[in-house]
Amino acid sequence: MAFVQQSSPHAHSARPTSKVMLWVILAALPGLLAQTLFFGWGNLINVVWCIAIALASEAAILKLRSKPIVFVLKDNTAAVTGLLLGLSLPQFAPWWVSAVAVISAIVIAKQLYGGLGSNPFNPAMVGYALVLISFPVAMTTNWAEPALLWDSAPGFGDTLAAIASGQQTAIDGWTMATPLDEYKHKIASHTAAEVLAHPTFGEGIAKGWEWVNAAFLVGGLVLIGLKIITWHIPAAFLGALVAMSLAFGSNADQYAPLSLHLLAGGTMLGAFFIATDPVSAATSHQGKLIYGAGIGVLIYLIRSWGNYPDAVAFSVLLMNFAVPFIDHYTPPRTYGHHKARRGQPGRGRS
Amino acid sequence: MTQLWDFSGGVHPAEHKQLSTSRPIQAAGIPGQLVLPLQQHIGEPAEPIVAIGDSVLKGQKIADVSHGMGVPVHAPTSGVIESIGDYPVPHPSGMADKCIVLKPDGKDEWCERYPVSDYRKLDRDQVLDIIRSAGISGMGGAGFPTHIKLKPSRDRKVDTLILNGAECEPYITADDMTMRERADEVVSGLKVMAWILRPERCVIGIEDNKPEAATALREAIQGTQIEIAVIPTKYPSGGEKQLIQILTGMEVPSGGIPADIGVMCQNIGTAVAVARAVFEDTPLVCRVVTLTGEALEKPGNFDVLLGTPVDYLLEQAGLQPELVNRLILGGPMMGYTLTTTAIPVIKTSNCIIAATASELPAPPPEQACIRCGQCAEVCPMELLPQQLFWHAKATEFEKAEHLNLFDCIECGACSYVCPSSIPLVQYYRYAKGEIRVQRAEQLKADRARERFEARQERLDREQQDKELRRKERAKAAAEAQAKKKVEAGKAAASGEAVDGRAASSALVEQALARKKASSEAAQAQAAIPADAAPEKPDIESLEKQFAQAQSKLETMQAMLEDAKAQQADNVEKLERAITKNHDRVKRAEEALADARKTLATQTESQSIE
Repeated sequence: MAFVQQSSPHAHSARPTSKVMLWVILAALPGLLAQTLFFGWGNLINVVWCIAIALASEAAILKLRSKPIVFVLKDNTAAVTGLLLGLSLPQFAPWWVSAVAVISAIVIAKQLYGGLGSNPFNPAMVGYALVLISFPVAMTTNWAEPALLWDSAPGFGDTLAAIASGQQTAIDGWTMATPLDEYKHKIASHTAAEVLAHPTFGEGIAKGWEWVNAAFLVGGLVLIGLKIITWHIPAAFLGALVAMSLAFGSNADQYAPLSLHLLAGGTMLGAFFIATDPVSAATSHQGKLIYGAGIGVLIYLIRSWGNYPDAVAFSVLLMNFAVPFIDHYTPPRTYGHHKARRGQPGRGRS
Repeated sequence: MTQLWDFSGGVHPAEHKQLSTSRPIQAAGIPGQLVLPLQQHIGEPAEPIVAIGDSVLKGQKIADVSHGMGVPVHAPTSGVIESIGDYPVPHPSGMADKCIVLKPDGKDEWCERYPVSDYRKLDRDQVLDIIRSAGISGMGGAGFPTHIKLKPSRDRKVDTLILNGAECEPYITADDMTMRERADEVVSGLKVMAWILRPERCVIGIEDNKPEAATALREAIQGTQIEIAVIPTKYPSGGEKQLIQILTGMEVPSGGIPADIGVMCQNIGTAVAVARAVFEDTPLVCRVVTLTGEALEKPGNFDVLLGTPVDYLLEQAGLQPELVNRLILGGPMMGYTLTTTAIPVIKTSNCIIAATASELPAPPPEQACIRCGQCAEVCPMELLPQQLFWHAKATEFEKAEHLNLFDCIECGACSYVCPSSIPLVQYYRYAKGEIRVQRAEQLKADRARERFEARQERLDREQQDKELRRKERAKAAAEAQAKKKVEAGKAAASGEAVDGRAASSALVEQALARKKASSEAAQAQAAIPADAAPEKPDIESLEKQFAQAQSKLETMQAMLEDAKAQQADNVEKLERAITKNHDRVKRAEEALADARKTLATQTESQSIE
C-alpha cells in the first residue's frame, strides 16, 4: 500500500478563491439589475464588454508571462475587475473608453505588478481613474437619464449602437448630469430647493440611484453574511462619510446633504465591492477600520472641496498608497503578548 | 453555570465523530509482537534493564531513566524479550529509534502488584513516585512526564486544575468514549491529581458535541467540588492555551507555561492512567486508540497494548486496503501521514485514520494569496498568518519571528480556510526549522569564535612572556658582559691582558678538541700550559669507557654461556653482539694507549721547553 503523503491539516473547507469571486459577482447582480431597470441597457452591455476585454487581456498577458492561462482565468478575479468597471463606467461610455480602462486595469495595475495578490492598487480603480483623467468629457457626459427601462429610455439596440459608435450625437436627449455633479455645480449659485428641482433627483433622494445603492447595499450585506468580506471596511467607510457630512455639511445650501452622499453616487458599490478588495486593502481589523475610514473622509473632502463630483476611485487609490504604512502600525496583539509588536524587527518594538 | 470566555478565531470542520462512537471500547487483543520504543515521552530516552531472551511478566519494568527527565517503560503483556534495536517509530519523518521487541507468550500473566490502600496517607512525593514508576507521561500530545508536570516549582501555585475533555479534533473519540465508559476512573484520577496540587478550582472542559460524556461525568462527580464546563464546539478549543482562555479568561504568556498563571491542564487518558497506577498499581501498558475512517469496515475505539503494530490494529478494525488512500496518525487537522503501517502504538497515539480518496481529497493546487485575511480571522493565536506566509516564502525569517511566528501552535485553521489552498502550516514549520538551524549555527559560530579568541589571547600571552624572558636574558647577558669587561680591564691593568684573552678563546677550542685525543696536540704545543690540563680528563674518560666495555663484554659472555646451556634461540644474536663488543673494547684500548702516548709526548715537550 502506498499512502498519500501530505502535510497537516488534511481537511479543507471547500471555498476556493474562484468561488469567493463568483460570490462577489453574484452579490453584485442585484445592483446591476437596479442599474438596468433605472438607467437602461448601458451598464449591462458595459459589464459584458468589460468582462470580455478583461479575460482577453489577462489571457494575453499570461501567455506573455508563460503562466498557465486556463488555471489563472478560472480564479474569476479578472472577471470581477471587468464587472466592477462595467458597473462604474457611464452607461453610454464609448467602447474604447471601457477597453482602455479594463486593459490598463488588468495589464498595468494587475499583471505588471506580478499578477493576482501582488498588486498594491485596486486594478479597477486604476483603470477608472485613468480614463476619468484622460477622457473627462466622455466620462461626464455619458450618464443616462434615470428612467424606467420600459418607459422612455433607449432600447437595447440603440444603446449598443451608441456605445459601439462612440458618437456623442447618437445619445443626445438620453443623457443627464449625475445628481452629485448637478448639486456640486449648481449649489454655488442656487438654493438647495432650486437644485433639487432638477429632474435628475426625481421625487425621492436621487431617482434611480437610491435603488441602485440600496441593491449594492443588500449585495454587500450578503457578502458579509457569507463571511466573504468583513464589516470593518464598509462600516468605517460609511461611518466616516456620515461623520464628515454631519460635521461639515449640515447646511444643504452649501454642501450636498448626507442622503445624497450615501445614495446618489458610487458610495455603496465602493464601500462593499471596491474598497473591500482584499489584495489592495489593509489586513488587520484595526487596519481595515483605518483604511475604510480614510476612504470615507477622502470621498467627502474631494466631493465637497475637490474637482470631482464622485471620488471613490481617487479615495481608494490614495488609501491603497497608505496600506503598507497602516499594516506596519496595526498588527493585532497576539495571544499571550501584552502589546502588539509594531514596526520592523529590531526597531520600534513596543 | 460556569462562566465561559471565547477565544478568537477558530473553525468548524466536519466532525466525523459518529463513525467511531457507535460501538463500545473493545480490547484489541495481543498481537504476535510488541515493539516498545524507549522514548515515548519528552526528555531522556529510557535505558533497557532487560536482556534479549529474558522472560518478563505483564507490568514488569523493562526500561528506566536513571538520570534526567523521563519515565520507565513496562512490558504490556508477559513474554520473552526478542530483540533490542532500531525500529521505525511514530514520527513524521518515518525515522527509526531504539526499541525493545517483546514476543508475547499469550498468557498475559501479571507481575506482583501492590496497590496502596489509601494514597492520602502517603506523602505527596510518594504518590508522585508511584506515578513516575507507572511510566505515565501526558497522553494527549507532547508526552510530558506527568510526575514532573504535577510538581511545579514553589513559586507557581496551581489555582485551577483543568481536565481537557474538549477533544476538538474531528474524527477522534478516544477521550469521548473513555469519559462515557470510564467516568469513575477519570474522576478518581483527577481527584488524585487535585490532592497532589491542592488547587482552588478543578474543572473538566467538554465540548458540547459530547453530551453522553458530560452526563456520565456529572454522575461521577457527585459529592465532589469538581465542575463540569460544557463549552461550545469550535476547533481548536482543546488546544491547551485556548481551553485555558475559555475556562479562565486568562492567557498563557508567550513563551511561558500555564503554571505561570496558576493553571494546569491534564488529559483524560492521563487521569485514567493515574487512577490505575495509584489504586491498582497498574503501570501504563495500554491506551484507548480511535481507529476510524471510511476505509475501515469496523471503525471504533480499542483498548490497545502499547507497542501494538498499526497494521495489526487496522486488521482488527477491518481495513479495506483497496480503499485506503491516506493513513493519518492523530487527527485530520494536526496529525501526520504515515508511510508505513509497521510502527507501534505509543503512549501519545490517540487516533489512526484510514481515509479514502474522496473522504480527505488531495487539496487543489496552490494559488496566489489574495490577502483575503480569512486566515487571520480564524487564527486562535491572533497572528497574521498571511504576513507570516509572505515572510516565510521570502525567507525573511527575522520579520516572521518579529510577527510572533513561534507563538503559532500549528493548529491548521489557517490552511483549512485558505481559499487559495496554500499549505500555510507547512510554510511555518519550514520557517521555524530554518530559524532553529540558524540559531544552532549561530551558537556554534559564537562558541567557535570564543574558542578562537581564547586561543589567540593565550598565544599572545605566551608570546609576551617569551619576549619578557628573552629581554631578561639579554639584560643578564649584557650585565655579565659588562662585568667581564670590567674584570678584563682589571687584568689588563695587572699586565696579563694578552694571556687573559688567549684563555677565553682557549675555552672554546677546548670544547671542540676535547673528544679528539689526537696527534694534533703537537700543534697545541705552542699554547699556554693551561691547555695540557684538560687533556687529563680525556684519558680518565677513555679509561672509564674501556672499563665499561670490558665489563659489558664479560656480562655478555656470561649470558652467552647461559643461553648456550639452555639452548635458547638468541645464541646467535648474542654471539654477534659479543664480537661487536670485542671490537669496541679493542678500540677503547687503542684509544687509551694513543692518549697515554700523546700525554707522554706532551709532558716531554713541556719539559724540553
